[in-house]
Amino acid sequence: MSVIDTELQRNGARATEDGALLSVLNPMGYPPRVTPKDMAPRLDTLEGKRVFLVDCRFDDADIFLKQMQTWFEEHLPGVKTELIQLSSVYTRDDPETWEKIKSNGDAAIVGVGH
Amino acid sequence: MTIDGKYGVPTVAIHTNVFERVVRSVARVNGMPRARAVFVPQPVMGKSAQELRAYVDGNDPVTGRPVMQEVIEGLTRPFDAQDLEKVVYERTTPRMVNAGTEDELQQVFLENNWTDKLPIVLPTEQRVAEMLAHTSHKLDEVVGHMRPTQFREYWEYTVEKVAVNAVMAGARPEYFPVILAIAASGVSGRGSTTSSAAAMAVVNGPVRHELNMNCGTGALGPYNHANATIGRAYGLLSQNLQGGSEPGLTYMGSQGNNYAYNCITFAENEERSPWEPLHVSHGFKASDSAVSVFGGCRHTAFTLGLREAHWQDHVRNMLRGMDPREHPTFVLDPITARQFIDRGGFDTKDKLIDWICNNACMPAGEYWDYQLIQNYVYPRATYGEEPYASMLKAAPDEMIRMFQRDEIEVVVVGGETNGYWRIFGASYGKTVSVDEWR
Repeated sequence: MSVIDTELQRNGARATEDGALLSVLNPMGYPPRVTPKDMAPRLDTLEGKRVFLVDCRFDDADIFLKQMQTWFEEHLPGVKTELIQLSSVYTRDDPETWEKIKSNGDAAIVGVGH
Repeated sequence: MTIDGKYGVPTVAIHTNVFERVVRSVARVNGMPRARAVFVPQPVMGKSAQELRAYVDGNDPVTGRPVMQEVIEGLTRPFDAQDLEKVVYERTTPRMVNAGTEDELQQVFLENNWTDKLPIVLPTEQRVAEMLAHTSHKLDEVVGHMRPTQFREYWEYTVEKVAVNAVMAGARPEYFPVILAIAASGVSGRGSTTSSAAAMAVVNGPVRHELNMNCGTGALGPYNHANATIGRAYGLLSQNLQGGSEPGLTYMGSQGNNYAYNCITFAENEERSPWEPLHVSHGFKASDSAVSVFGGCRHTAFTLGLREAHWQDHVRNMLRGMDPREHPTFVLDPITARQFIDRGGFDTKDKLIDWICNNACMPAGEYWDYQLIQNYVYPRATYGEEPYASMLKAAPDEMIRMFQRDEIEVVVVGGETNGYWRIFGASYGKTVSVDEWR
């Protein structure tokens, strides 16, 4: 006898060999309402702009972003790039860093997420 | 998305390609479905500067287009109609599933990823009602909120929703207050982390005997109905009440974790322990019933007893074999608990924890070079957070502590068939009253 058969008997539910339909409850929780957020307006060009490369300090992201910074220097020297690290671990919000980027920069590239 | 949406800075996020579904999904449920993301190959970790330069020069493996072209376009491409579309939607979960036969419904639950891929007990209204009869709480009372990872949204669940999952796990109605207490912890037993975590639940107090839970021989194995089904309920309620645990979407554990089937659920052997019970260490009275939940549970070290000449070396070796990011929980057979007193004079649990804290050490240079320490502790140290900031000042050869004192736990369980014992890499979460959920 299977566990299911045992449970059916214990709870007095009808066995289903005769094709009887069972009515059961949904096990999923309740998701929150999704509210839209606007993206920041895009730039017309990166030329002459300051772009922050934000190291999220996870799995050698800093090495990757240094390579991207070099790419900008080689291919788009008119773009000013600045490498910046999150203040602490990536799981924490970092309003000081975001404010600094907002005050001193025009755009951000954040990496490398997983 | 924070810097883009909240601070108004046009942003592109770089991810590795195996996270594409996760990234799109997280963006959608955070209200920014068209957030601009660019993908590079997995992994980034451990690659040389030269190899990572090739990622920069190469193509996005998701779109096949040059990575840097996508980055630049992500910052400059004007919004199209889809970008500007305001996505507002209420998501609901119906109370009932469409009626079906036993076989049909087993298949529905399997295909919807509502199970642990083993047959479940179908949550009929009658069974759920019987479960609900074992708590004084109303069926529509909110028990808590849970999510598989920090970057996802919290889902909410009621007493009835917990009961549905408890039925599915095969739990008897009298177990329900323990299962509600676990659910109320909000600590998921189905975390999405790539590190393949599981959970552990330790039950203390009179409820252990009321439910005939096993704290003796085979307590951590498949030999007791309450241990088995309460643990299974922990897993099922986690995956369903948090919004899923689907590989590639809401579960990213690279290897997976077999402990997740039962969430290592057992009762502490308080009667044979020489020390205060776990829940008493966390502020409860011995006469209270409570459940303590742990996360991590990725690795285990074990040995037999404590030898007279070199027991300290052996324990230090076990601790040194652990990743220092994962906190140690000593899970001791009562024989070994008493041996720790005989060998080390640890007549209180606090004295043993002090010894562990002072003896789990490694050279600073080695400690800071661990990948997980680099990811999760080093940034806190450079931020100035103590004690990590002070630890960072140590010379590379200087021995430093692997674990902080409040990260170490001790639990006694086992039937004294021998003095085997283990150290689980299991991080304490919280202890929740069972009595409050009766």
